[in-house]
Amino acid sequence: MFGWEFPPHILGGLGTASYGLTKGMAECGDIEITFVIPKPYGDEDKTFAHIIGAANTPVAWRDVSWDYVQQRYGYCMNPQEYFDLRSHIYADFNYLKTNDLGCIEFSGRYPDNLMEEINNYSIVAGVIARTEQFDVIHSHDWLTYPAGIHAKQVSGKPLVIHVHATDFDRSRGNVNPTVYNIERDGMLHADHIITVSNLTRQTVIEKYHIDPAKVTTVHNAVEPLSDEIKAIEMPHNPKEKVVTFLGRITMQKGPEYFVEAAARVLRKTNHVRFVMAGSGDMMNKMIKLSAERNISDRFHFTGFLRGRQVYEMLKASDVYVMPSVSEPFGISPLEAMQVGVPSIISKQSGCAEILTNVIKTDYWDIDAMADAIYSIITYPAIYKQLREEGEREVNEIKWKYAGQKVIDIYHNVMRNNN
Amino acid sequence: MKTICFYFQIHQPFRLKRYRFFDIGNDHYYYDDFANDDIITRIAQRSYLPANETLLEMIKNANGKFKVAFSISGVALEQLELYVPEFIDSMKELVKTDCVEFLSETYAHSLASLADPEEFKLQVKQHDEKIEQLFGVKPKVFRNTELIFSDEIATMIASMGFKGVITEGAKHILGWKSPNYLYCSAAAPKLKMLLKNYKMSDDISFRFSNYEWSDYPLTADKFISWIKNTPEEEPIVNLFMNYETLGELQPRESGIFEFMKALPRFAEQEGIGFCTPAEAISKLKPVDALSVPYPMSWADEARDTSAWLGNTLQNEAFHKLYSVAERVRLCDDRRLKQDWNYLQASDHFYYMCTKYLSDGAVHSHYSPYDSPYEAFTNYMNVLSDFIVRVEAQYPESIENEELNALLTTIKNQSSEIEMLQKELKSARTEHHSKRAEAKKKKEDKAEASKKVAEKKA
Repeated sequence: MFGWEFPPHILGGLGTASYGLTKGMAECGDIEITFVIPKPYGDEDKTFAHIIGAANTPVAWRDVSWDYVQQRYGYCMNPQEYFDLRSHIYADFNYLKTNDLGCIEFSGRYPDNLMEEINNYSIVAGVIARTEQFDVIHSHDWLTYPAGIHAKQVSGKPLVIHVHATDFDRSRGNVNPTVYNIERDGMLHADHIITVSNLTRQTVIEKYHIDPAKVTTVHNAVEPLSDEIKAIEMPHNPKEKVVTFLGRITMQKGPEYFVEAAARVLRKTNHVRFVMAGSGDMMNKMIKLSAERNISDRFHFTGFLRGRQVYEMLKASDVYVMPSVSEPFGISPLEAMQVGVPSIISKQSGCAEILTNVIKTDYWDIDAMADAIYSIITYPAIYKQLREEGEREVNEIKWKYAGQKVIDIYHNVMRNNN
Repeated sequence: MKTICFYFQIHQPFRLKRYRFFDIGNDHYYYDDFANDDIITRIAQRSYLPANETLLEMIKNANGKFKVAFSISGVALEQLELYVPEFIDSMKELVKTDCVEFLSETYAHSLASLADPEEFKLQVKQHDEKIEQLFGVKPKVFRNTELIFSDEIATMIASMGFKGVITEGAKHILGWKSPNYLYCSAAAPKLKMLLKNYKMSDDISFRFSNYEWSDYPLTADKFISWIKNTPEEEPIVNLFMNYETLGELQPRESGIFEFMKALPRFAEQEGIGFCTPAEAISKLKPVDALSVPYPMSWADEARDTSAWLGNTLQNEAFHKLYSVAERVRLCDDRRLKQDWNYLQASDHFYYMCTKYLSDGAVHSHYSPYDSPYEAFTNYMNVLSDFIVRVEAQYPESIENEELNALLTTIKNQSSEIEMLQKELKSARTEHHSKRAEAKKKKEDKAEASKKVAEKKA
């Protein structure tokens, strides 16, 4: 498997989803998973998958001792693996910027020279594909498609690509042609394509002109909450309700609709506060908008939240709103439901396809959204119903089931490959 | 001789329009006129009107041997009067044949029987008055909303003077017993019970045009032979269904009307007759008493009231609604009373049902909303506005009893004033007549003196 992010060092939903899926597949048994990530930190969970770091894979031959490798990379890999990989270097990459161990540096993030890093990742993939024994290649999101294609060409094994998002979702239609090309190239080379929702599947078929027969939807799931998170207690002011937006404040997530809906609710009732948690390029614009609507006294910004803070925020909330304009899946409402927060989601998000105990509105229908918010904070019955039924529902959405579906797809492509 | 008892239900609620929370307190009109007009007109054209024609023809061809009963809710009648007045005329045509019986029910097709006995009685009275006013007949047999029935309801119905009731032949009540007999209620032994044969009723209303059903196609002679083959001593088969079955649930192309038309002929061949519920009750003797401790209905797999009051949403809305019942009864604002009726329709609660699988599919088929949550939100917004209006009628700080006492005083005062006015009037007329008499005498006198003067001259 090729991935870009892996917990605990994650930047968005991609890492969480790749992790959950891998773990779910391992639970189904009879499978060994090697997971390639750009830059391991050594604190990743290695119980269910073997992790190889692209940053620790030599692409140029260096004469180094076992002890030296142990000293340098011991925190995240077995030196024997380094030497195995080293003996499979297939070309002279000395012209690239490599370190004293013949490895390329990776940031593992989304740097400005992202295209270069993607290319380097694919070079490293060639070494790994020559070293490891495997039956199927699985690439998570467009950053790793070139690596997947490379590995397929080297090994002749079937390639499955996993579309967590397309550039159409990220850009509201202003597609970057380079990214589009990488995405489409991956889809054309893939033996099978997995999408995280029917919405994304439709995009892949219609916008990338891919044969529908080779595109399958496998909906995401959620990890059960840890006891540590379950134990978080947050104070609740019974006189004031909290309505929360949580996510990157970017065009894709539709934050302005949340502000407008808030303005409508506040016109009618006063005992409610709105929170916009997260950061992003539209944050300042949103601060300005809330001031223009004259609701700044009841509309709050928290900035970026991570890990435990996310759950603290959710637990302090009475309503969670996700007005995404285009959301391939959207795992966060599921997380809100896990801690018993009623959710309002846009019909344009992939998770709307599998959730029933949520309120679904069109992202542009501010009136409907405001109405739903008002209803949950005013009528205790609907709050209670959504809270209880939602929690029950989301506890049944398990990665294990998603993992089984992916394994079935593997069996299919392996059969067709032979 | 075996008899078949046909009964059809007609009900359509006043569907609510999309009512946002900022309309609360500003907009007091709640209904989606377009949808209501559209739906009732469509169903009337496809089902009610052609079905009426078919039944009329059947009655005429059978020389009055074919009989049928109807139950039409008050709110449905209002809609029909408003949008499809020709239906009322065609119904009057049917009533003239004397082969049609009307059943009593709650005016608003409400669940009042489960919450508010006083409201329940009022609504039944209101409904019967409406039927009498339109069709000139007085219902004798009762049928509660969605065949909801329990021992408690039985005593209420019996105390209102009904001799019989129509309800579901639910398995959990009957056990091994057959629904094809007349029963009486254990709680009110004088109240006879006619139980729906749900297997045979559903054969017509749900399975008639189902290609996957092993008995497809259902023909009239096959159906009659099934009835004939029931044990000989079973006297009656009760076929209760929605009137939309004819033409809407089972479309005209499925041959449902031809099936109906053929029934009386095959029935006569096999010596099977038809009767109305009132006739069945007077003709047959109850074989046993049935006790129904918990309310049952004809809805869903569970045959209980969970279709309307199964989850938190429904219960909250229901209790909120009836919490103002007493207040509304004290008001005499005509529009308020009208809205009160329309809001009580059981359908609004039906839309809030969160059941899944086959039951859920039926619920969402009828619902104008995308989800039960939307249904709840919309209804609660409307209800909030309604409650605001009720509270505006009389100050909230006054308790109901106190208010009632005050209202009685006002009423007494007004009747007293009326009495005094009457007295005054009669006194006045007396005075007037006396004066008139005196005047006449005076005139007579004048005339006489005039005559005398003339004579003298």
